[in-house]
Amino acid sequence: MPVPRFTVGTAVQVLDLPIEGHIRIPAYARGKIGVIERCCGPYLNPEDLAYGRTGGPAVHLYQVEFSQHDLWPEYIGDAEDRLFLEIYEHWLTPARPPSWRQAS
Amino acid sequence: MSAERGAGAYLGTKVLLDREEGGPAGYYALLSDALRDELIGLGLITAAQVRREVERLEAPGIHLGARIVARAWMDPEYKALLLENGSEAAERLGIKVGEAQLVVVENTPRVHNLITCTLCSCYPRSILGQPPAWYRNKVYRARSVSEPRKVLEEFGTHLPADIVIHVRDSNADMRWMVLPRRPDGTSDWSEERLQGLVTRDSLIGIAEALQP
Repeated sequence: MPVPRFTVGTAVQVLDLPIEGHIRIPAYARGKIGVIERCCGPYLNPEDLAYGRTGGPAVHLYQVEFSQHDLWPEYIGDAEDRLFLEIYEHWLTPARPPSWRQAS
Repeated sequence: MSAERGAGAYLGTKVLLDREEGGPAGYYALLSDALRDELIGLGLITAAQVRREVERLEAPGIHLGARIVARAWMDPEYKALLLENGSEAAERLGIKVGEAQLVVVENTPRVHNLITCTLCSCYPRSILGQPPAWYRNKVYRARSVSEPRKVLEEFGTHLPADIVIHVRDSNADMRWMVLPRRPDGTSDWSEERLQGLVTRDSLIGIAEALQP
């Protein structure tokens, strides 16, 4: 099992991969920048599992923190409102820290 | 499978497992009913096994979550373990977690957590049983992520303006549960009595624990 590519606190951008079929990355998060809140460990990829491919490989899963105002342009709420989503490693790429993380 | 036997078997088991509550069965309901009937017809599974599995799925209830929360309210060491490793903390009380990982998040005077699943209806079923109908509803699933404050207001949960909301969208392998705030005026309550203040909706952050 390769070591996790990202660590807690790292800024990441969610890729918009052209994968068809069963995927677990909601459309509203594609292209958005967040910060790794938790490394969840390796899990079998649902993009394989949904089609009976149960042999792996497992992929690292991360809990990623997003600012609600980054996700929804019309969002009404506190500047510190957050949304947390689990993203598999191959959907993430390093990014510049979002403004809300630089400030804190 | 002959059409005749399929229809008969479907009607025979529909009473037991009807999930549409009077409405016409949807595509997937019909498909799963047909598959079940065929497997029973081939002798691979029995109707009693299907019934037992449905019973097992629906047997957990919020009392398990209430036990976990009341213990965390009473015992700071247990609470620390619960927030660190939810599955291990549940198992310490003899509660088996069937999902990959149970993660418990704490509501505080500053942060209110709301659990949802935009993609389907992921929910800590092995502890709380089956989710409420509205939790599986597409409108709740869409609006809980994009306008959680408004959704909470519509459920009668009015949060102070200085509280921030953390929405937890259960889209993959973690299953989330909320540790609600312990209500004021309960400092001399027993653990058993505290359990009575923990409701299903407080365990997923759509409401707060009952006030005494």
